[in-house]
Amino acid sequence: MDQSTEHTVVCRGVSKVYRQDAVAVPALTDVALEIPKQDFVCLSGPSGSGKTTLLNLIGGLDRPTSGEISVDGRRIDLMDKGELAELRLRRIGFVFQAYNLIPVLSARENVEFVMQLQGVSAAERAARARAILKEVGLEGLEDRRPGELSGGQQQRVAVARAIVSEPSLVLADEPTANLDSKTAENLMQLLRHMNTEHSVTFVFSTHDKLVMDFSRRLITLRDGRIVDDVRRE
Amino acid sequence: MRAFSLPLLLTLAWRNLWRHSGRTFAILFALALGVWSMVSIAALVRGSLEQQLTKAIENLTGHIQIHAPGYRDDPAIEHRMPPPGPALRAALARPEVTAWAGRVRVPAVVASERESAGVTLVGIEPARERGLSFIAKAVTAGRYLESADEPGLLLGRKLAERLETELGRRVVVMSQGVDNDIADRGFRVVGVFDTTPEATETNFVFVGRATAQRMLQLGDGISEIALMTPERNRLEPMLSELESVAPGLDVQPWTRLEPMLVLTETVTDTILIIWYTIVFVAMSFGLVNTLLMAVFERTREFGLFQALGMPPRHILGQVLMESLILLLVALAGGNLMAWATIAGLEGGIDLSAFAQGLEMVGVSPVIYPAFAVSDAAAANSLVFVLGLAASLYPAWRAARYVPVEAITRV
Repeated sequence: MDQSTEHTVVCRGVSKVYRQDAVAVPALTDVALEIPKQDFVCLSGPSGSGKTTLLNLIGGLDRPTSGEISVDGRRIDLMDKGELAELRLRRIGFVFQAYNLIPVLSARENVEFVMQLQGVSAAERAARARAILKEVGLEGLEDRRPGELSGGQQQRVAVARAIVSEPSLVLADEPTANLDSKTAENLMQLLRHMNTEHSVTFVFSTHDKLVMDFSRRLITLRDGRIVDDVRRE
Repeated sequence: MRAFSLPLLLTLAWRNLWRHSGRTFAILFALALGVWSMVSIAALVRGSLEQQLTKAIENLTGHIQIHAPGYRDDPAIEHRMPPPGPALRAALARPEVTAWAGRVRVPAVVASERESAGVTLVGIEPARERGLSFIAKAVTAGRYLESADEPGLLLGRKLAERLETELGRRVVVMSQGVDNDIADRGFRVVGVFDTTPEATETNFVFVGRATAQRMLQLGDGISEIALMTPERNRLEPMLSELESVAPGLDVQPWTRLEPMLVLTETVTDTILIIWYTIVFVAMSFGLVNTLLMAVFERTREFGLFQALGMPPRHILGQVLMESLILLLVALAGGNLMAWATIAGLEGGIDLSAFAQGLEMVGVSPVIYPAFAVSDAAAANSLVFVLGLAASLYPAWRAARYVPVEAITRV
């Protein structure tokens, strides 16, 4: 059996080099990685180690300079812009550090956004959005806009939006960076719950020890290379 | 390929427009003002042109004239023609002809006890001239002519002043008769007319047609037939009909009789197009600038849209939708303002205090706006189509962001 079909993410020899003027700046060098389905993985390392770059490459937001990346058995490094957009829409959810939500839409509309792009009917969208917002503890706040929600509540909306359309993979870049420790812990418990209940694979990039403590697998990067890969069952 | 989620794009576009309501109101006002100026000024210009055309056509031109060959080059008595025969009369009796009259029209000299002046002597059938020319409506002192046998004469006010004569006094009219001898006759001034342009008051004297024919020994000969139709811009069928029933005569539409008016109409259309273009260019700068600002401010948001799987064409569609809403609201507002302006100026704008020379060239100092659907449609189409086209650039900028760069943009 092809290894890529057993894993949500497979990276082989992935390198990324940025160009700043005429200078080549390597961000990732020859990264090899396999993330099984329903894993809960944390990418850690100091600033500039390449964890956000790796997350962006896995999410199809950026392209590798060389190497292969597969998500759900499909080579995303060979996809065009339209195919990548379709992949992100159907199979990948994102939670960013900030600027996560669309400011002119309410919490419910933000959660419905992806489903609306997917062409899900209005009635089904509304039902699923209410259910997931209830699950993340935001019942009664559905019609508030992001500016009327706290940072933790906004991140919960982002999590709800990321998983409502049942993707196989959720990528979260520093999801707790702007949250206090109590809110951050609540958020991570929620993500673990989603991981377990919805069978979704989670990959985080973080500096936060709390996030690392919640992960089942901790991958450490330094200078664009994986220097440690520990499973913490 | 997924279809556009139109309600989503509409919601996003509408709400994004009101994130900066001051800016949105400013651009809406600017766009509406542009549309208002296009439609209103077009109505004023069109109204002025329409008045010039109507005036020129009433000033004896009519919609179509029939002459003997050579009359237009040399309007002398030699180039007379017989009265209309049965076939031509039948054509002139058709419902497509709203009024017609035969005239005697020759060069002449009119003299009072003190002064004389060169004029055109016009012998008319008074009843037939109603609805055909200005004469009956222009008499402001005395009376209009009563019949073709009328022994009296109508004189323009300026000419009466020049001849130092007045209502009730006698003048002598001299012209060349059919036998090449001088024909003359004394007439009593029974009416004085006022009209524009001033040259019409000084260039024409009107008498009964039968009286003129007797004076010139013309028999029943005439110089011209003038006629009116319901629609001055659809003369081709009537011209063909008249040419077929009067093969030896010179049948001409007003467009060939008054080429300057046609030129004025063409120049007016060109000026309106130039005006539309200037206004639109100014408006489009505002529109594109507003949309570009909105796009730059929302760079991270567009990156987020792309990260969430929104295809670039949806992002393009979203910015175009914002432009579409702005344009539609501005067009509605601008047209409403223009309609109110045109309705409010129904009584005309009196420019006589600012442009005393206008009457000299046949332009009325009181301009009545004339709303033309074609002008309004041209202005609206131009703003709508080119406005959307101008919005393509900011929309394209928004759609071509690279997600990872857009999201990390500070």
